[in-house]
Amino acid sequence: MGWLRQQVKAAGDPHALAAIFAGGFIGAVARAELGQAWATPRADSWPWTTFAVNIAGAFLLGYFTTRLQEELPLSAYKRPFLGTGLCGGLTTFATLQIELVRMLDTGHIVLALGYACASIAAGLIAVTVATNLVRGAIWQP
Amino acid sequence: MLGGIGALARFWLDRAVGRRWVRPFPYGTLTVNLTGALALGIVIGIALKGDAYRLVGTGLIGAYTTFSTWMLETQRLAEEDERMIAARDIVISVTAGVLIAWLGEKIGAAL
Repeated sequence: MGWLRQQVKAAGDPHALAAIFAGGFIGAVARAELGQAWATPRADSWPWTTFAVNIAGAFLLGYFTTRLQEELPLSAYKRPFLGTGLCGGLTTFATLQIELVRMLDTGHIVLALGYACASIAAGLIAVTVATNLVRGAIWQP
Repeated sequence: MLGGIGALARFWLDRAVGRRWVRPFPYGTLTVNLTGALALGIVIGIALKGDAYRLVGTGLIGAYTTFSTWMLETQRLAEEDERMIAARDIVISVTAGVLIAWLGEKIGAAL
């Protein structure tokens, strides 16, 4: 019993865990709903759903993380919910990889390269812009 | 529901890896993302469809892996003058990710 209690304690603050769970749930549902609403991409078309949620999620994570880092007092539950949970659940790395495999497998090499580069570039730009927006707003007199 | 579990799994694995390898390189996120890519490959390989795919592929594995954390970590590394690590993270994540996803599909198809 002692060991079990130790494992449960080691798992983490239950409220933070619940926040991560809730955020992940919402993020995943949002991504799934968008995927349903927009057409399933064929091997030779641009995967708009994955691209959109990934870039949006990167932007949001940049925004929330920077905001929460500078915010006082520090909230214990916002970051797990918004960062790890929501943005982590909304975005996906695995689907992106599968889409790249599909493109490469069917000979759409240029598309694959374009999609990979665009995702990474847009993702990094999104994080940078969101971060700078927050910092610029905070240091406004 | 599985989205919540995926997010928790990512949190735990990332934390576990981070405790063992305290280095600037984000091994935690890489581990999560590569294991997820493999898993999704297998799921595709065994041709899971419909609701089952939505639950496991889109829900669980989709929430488990993360693009946003990967991007944030890379951007922060670049900010902290760790550009080489950031570049390595990008290259390794994508090349290993594609390879491992492809491998997963082959494994799944063989099952």
